[in-house]
Amino acid sequence: MSDIAERVKKIVIEHLGAEEAKVTENASFIDDLGADSLDTVELVMAFEEEFGCEIPDDAAEKILTVKDAIDFIKANAAA
Amino acid sequence: MRRVVVTGLGMVSPLGVGVQNNWERLIKGESGLRGITSFDVSDLPAKIAGQVPRGPTAEGLFNADDHVSTKDQRKMDEFIVLAIAAAREAVADSGWVPQTDEEREKTGVMIGSGIGGLIGIYEGSITLHEKGPRRISPFFIPASLINLASGHVSIMYGFKGPNHSAVTACSTGAHAIGDAARLIMWEDADVMLAGGTEAAVSRLGIAGFSSARALSTGYNDRPSEASRPYDKGRDGFVMGEGSGVVVLEELEHAKRRGAKIYAEVIGYGMSGDAYHITSPPEDGNGGFRSMRNALKRAGVDPSGIDYINAHGTSTPLGDEIELGAVKRLFGSAIETVSMSSTKSAIGHLLGAAGAVEAIFSIKAINDGIVPPTLNLDDPSDSCLGVDLVPKRAKEKRVKAALSNSFGFGGTNASLVFKEFK
Repeated sequence: MSDIAERVKKIVIEHLGAEEAKVTENASFIDDLGADSLDTVELVMAFEEEFGCEIPDDAAEKILTVKDAIDFIKANAAA
Repeated sequence: MRRVVVTGLGMVSPLGVGVQNNWERLIKGESGLRGITSFDVSDLPAKIAGQVPRGPTAEGLFNADDHVSTKDQRKMDEFIVLAIAAAREAVADSGWVPQTDEEREKTGVMIGSGIGGLIGIYEGSITLHEKGPRRISPFFIPASLINLASGHVSIMYGFKGPNHSAVTACSTGAHAIGDAARLIMWEDADVMLAGGTEAAVSRLGIAGFSSARALSTGYNDRPSEASRPYDKGRDGFVMGEGSGVVVLEELEHAKRRGAKIYAEVIGYGMSGDAYHITSPPEDGNGGFRSMRNALKRAGVDPSGIDYINAHGTSTPLGDEIELGAVKRLFGSAIETVSMSSTKSAIGHLLGAAGAVEAIFSIKAINDGIVPPTLNLDDPSDSCLGVDLVPKRAKEKRVKAALSNSFGFGGTNASLVFKEFK
C-alpha cells in the first residue's frame, strides 16, 4: 500500500512542480504546495487516470492534502 | 497627438530565436522552410512548413523550458509559449522595468493571434471523443484562448495597463502594433508590448489551408524553393509559425529614461475589402486604401517611402493584386522604392506575420539594408520596372518603410515606420 502513497506523491510533484521534500502527507495542495483551484481539479483527474477510479465532485472537494488523496484511493481504487 | 517610438524588439521564427540571429540569417538569404517531420504528412497535399527549430539552447535552438516552467507549459498552447519568448526578448531589449504602481498601470499588452490554440483544440477534441468530458483539462480553455498570450505576459511582468488582443487573421500583427500605438497616443498607456503569435502548423492546420487551396504543393521535395513571391512558378504560401513582439513607447517617456529608439511609428492605415472571405478583389482596392490611409496619417508621399515589406504570400492571385495596388498608389515613385517579401524565407506566419515583418522593416531602416525576395528566378510580367530585391539583400538607405498585411475576411493593415534622429 505504500506504493499508492509513492505514486500519489509522484503525481503531485509532476503536476505542481513542487519540491519533493515539501510533498509530505500532511501538505495541503493549496496552502503548502502553491496550487490554485484549477490545479486541484487537474490533480484529481490525474489521480483518476493513474488509479483507474472515479472521484465524484463532492469527494474531490474534500481532497485537500496529500494524505486525503492517499486515503481516498486506498479506500476506493482497484489498483 | 503624442508620438510613439519603438524601443524594444523580440522574435522567434523558422529562422530561429532572437531578432539579431533572424536578421543576419535573413540578410544572408537563408531559408527556414523544411519538410515536416514532427507529424504524419503522408496523406497531406502540403508536406513542408516553416517551423521554429526546437532543441537544446546550447545549439541555438528554441527550448520552451528557457521561457516557461514545465509545470506552466501544460497550461498554455504553443502559440502562448512563443509569444512569451518574443515578449521576454523585447522587454529585456527595451530595458523598461516599471517601478511604481502608476508606471505598471501605464504599461499594457496587445499580442494577437490569427487562430490561437488550434493544436490544443484538436487534441482536446480527440480526448473528448475517446475518453469523455471528465478527461478534459481545466486548463483546456485558458490554454487555447487567443488573449491569454497578452494575459500571461501581463501576469509575468505585472503590466496592469490595457490588456488586449487583435484577431484579424494574417493582419493581426500589424493591427496589434497600430492599435497599440493609438492607445499610447490617446494616453491609455505610456508603454505597450504589441505583436502577434502563431503556432498552427499541425495536421488540422495544413489540412484546412490545403482545402482552401491556399498552400504550395508543388515543391514538397524542395522546401526552401516553395515560397517564391512574384515568381512565375509560385503556387501558394508555406505555413509558418513564430512570434514577433515590439515595445512601443511614448516619445518623451522613452527620452526621459534614455531608451534606445529604433524607429518612430508614423503611419497606420486600415481597410476592409467587403468582397470575399478568402480572396481579395481583383483591383486590390482594399490594400490600396490601407496603404493610402497609412501614408496620409504619416504625412508622407509615396516618394518618401524607400522600402515596402510586402504582404507577398506567394499565391498566384494575391501577389499580383498587391503589386497592382502598389503600382497604382506609388505612380512614378515606384522607380525609387524597393519592395520585398520576407515570407520567401520564413513562410507565412499568419497572425505573427505583420509583427515579424514590422521588425524586419525597422531593421532595414536601422542597418541600411533591404532583405531579399528569395527564389525570384523568373518574375511575373507585371513585375517589370519594380525593384523586388531578387535573391540577394542590398544596401540601401531606408528613411521610411511601409509594411503591408492582408487577411482572410478582407481585412487590411499597413504600418509606416520612420528613422528616428
